[in-house]
Amino acid sequence: MNALTGRQKLAWAVVAIVILLYTLWPIFSILTTSFKAPSDIGTGKFWPSTWTGENYQTIFAGSAKDLFLPALRNSIGISLISTVIAVVLATFAAYAIARLDFLGKRLVLNTALAVSIFPIISLTTPLFNLWRQIGLYDTWVGLIIPYLSLTLPIAIYTLAAYFQQIPWDLERAAQVDGATTWQAFTKVIVPLAAPGVFTTAIIAFFIAWNDFVYGISLTSTSVARPVPAALAFFTGASQFEDPTGAISAAAIVVTIPIIILVLLFQRQIVSGLTQGAVKG
Amino acid sequence: MAQITLNNLVKTYDDGFTAVKGISLDIADGEFMILVGPSGCGKSTLLRMIVGLEDITSGDLTIDGKRVNEIPPRDRNLSMVFQNYALYPHLTVYENIAFPLRLNRSKIDKEEIDRRVREASDMLDLREHLDRKPANLSGGQRQRVAMGRAIVRQADAFLFDEPLSNLDAKLRGQMRTQIAQLQRRLRTTAVYVTHDQTEAMTLGDRVAVLKKGTLQQVASPRELYEQPVNLFVAGFIGSPSMNFLPAKVQGDKLATPIGLLAVPDKVLKAAGSRDHVILGVRPEFFEDDDFVDDSVRAHGTTFEATPRHTEWLGNEQYAYIDYEPDPSTKQLMDELARDLDQDEMPSTVVVTIDSGSRMRGGKPGKFWLDTRLVHVFDTADGSNLTRDAEAGAELTALAEEERESEISAANG
Repeated sequence: MNALTGRQKLAWAVVAIVILLYTLWPIFSILTTSFKAPSDIGTGKFWPSTWTGENYQTIFAGSAKDLFLPALRNSIGISLISTVIAVVLATFAAYAIARLDFLGKRLVLNTALAVSIFPIISLTTPLFNLWRQIGLYDTWVGLIIPYLSLTLPIAIYTLAAYFQQIPWDLERAAQVDGATTWQAFTKVIVPLAAPGVFTTAIIAFFIAWNDFVYGISLTSTSVARPVPAALAFFTGASQFEDPTGAISAAAIVVTIPIIILVLLFQRQIVSGLTQGAVKG
Repeated sequence: MAQITLNNLVKTYDDGFTAVKGISLDIADGEFMILVGPSGCGKSTLLRMIVGLEDITSGDLTIDGKRVNEIPPRDRNLSMVFQNYALYPHLTVYENIAFPLRLNRSKIDKEEIDRRVREASDMLDLREHLDRKPANLSGGQRQRVAMGRAIVRQADAFLFDEPLSNLDAKLRGQMRTQIAQLQRRLRTTAVYVTHDQTEAMTLGDRVAVLKKGTLQQVASPRELYEQPVNLFVAGFIGSPSMNFLPAKVQGDKLATPIGLLAVPDKVLKAAGSRDHVILGVRPEFFEDDDFVDDSVRAHGTTFEATPRHTEWLGNEQYAYIDYEPDPSTKQLMDELARDLDQDEMPSTVVVTIDSGSRMRGGKPGKFWLDTRLVHVFDTADGSNLTRDAEAGAELTALAEEERESEISAANG
């Protein structure tokens, strides 16, 4: 690619700033709201008139504590477990799809695609009934299973594309060098696919972490309710008061793990996403 | 150290395509065997069948007398160098070379692995690159790492799948020499697939020429060159390739598009009562008549022709003489062209003449042709009518002797 001229650089910078403002402004607005006192919220001013940590205190130690803390624990636990399961299963499935020729391979791929485009809302009612009958309602497992149905298809698709890029000959070379199929997989294929696995894991984690519909329909108590659903149950100090401040604070808190994750694995994600573009 | 025997090997793919149609070949212990042929002739498939990456549809493959058809590649103790090197990008050069040894760690201790890796890397001048990753190496260095990984294991045989085709011409020449010397020093059986006939001629003790999944001829490079069994082998081996001219017996001469040529009796006898034959003449059998030494002049015949174009290459010149194609042999020539991966056989005679010759394109000149080594081929099946099997066998026996003396020289 040719080096950009000064004007092109300027144009790109302007576009980038506009997009950044557009995406980050709401988050920034939530951030400022989370530091406002309840009386300050309806004033229509952007900055809080007095900065207060009151809302954070409410969700971590005050009235919303019993709602928020278990939900945070549930969200972290459920998202992590479904991510791990999705990535492990998808790694094997994607390897099989990329490397082996078996009956029904197209069927598996098409089913995965069909499942991922199926509207979630149409599944919740049958799941709700089924889960209640077999005792999975309001449990971690009861959420992990539907989350897998969301994360597995995309994980399989991204990983299969990834495995397909790894030259066949590497595996053949490993076999000739004396490796068993399993050794070739663990010593050659998996290390090479690591960036892809990281990317997939983070995408899967986002999906589980952000889910609201399953979270609110398949849970009823703090035993399994994840944060996005719990936010809907926040109440103000009185019935005339909206819990806007507390919700804002909680929203900021749940954003933090995502930011940390992305910062930690930034390099892997970037190399994972550009792998196809830059051969070698 | 291994003797590899292929007995009527067949490979039919699931879609019904038969890539290898019953090939039998004996590869002697310590021999350098080349599989050569145009693309799609099944040479790479055959190599993959030997190493175990392709299933064998029928026939027997034995290594040192043991049938290995069903043995997975990891247990065949063969090592292979891939066309794209297939280096592990996440491992350093050292770890790439050590990879085959680490897989059975229980058998080889750490010091032994280290010793062997360093020995192999010294042999291939890789010592200062051991800590680098394959991505940071040049093509030639990657090629050497792939070789290192192959030799470190002390495998029974080396299999090469067009290992030099990704290198530039100069490096290819260097690596060719290095591979030849390495194989002589290690005395390991080698099977080498290539479509480059220079590699085939220079590296091979014997060369197996394949066409569309069938074996055409297995012989020393010299026998292939001087005593080919048919048109295909004659046309494939040699660069520039052999000229094929439609010819007709006329008394004691052959009538060809470039003139009436006096040929030795054995050529006429071989042509027998056939109406038409194809005369095969290598470019270097020709010479500018002014440059012919008197001591050899009697062995040939002269003719006049006007070259279309000449090319001066320093050590020699090529002259191109066009002729009218003969419709009676057109079909055979078209078929041969297809087999050789070409569009069509040009109706041009390529002639090698002395670099001092003043012959130029468009100017008529007098050429001399050494007829001692010309061949005539049957127009129906392309078989070589003048082939002297005995002389051929002698050439191959000679090559075998040379190989042994080279091996003993290399191991002083």
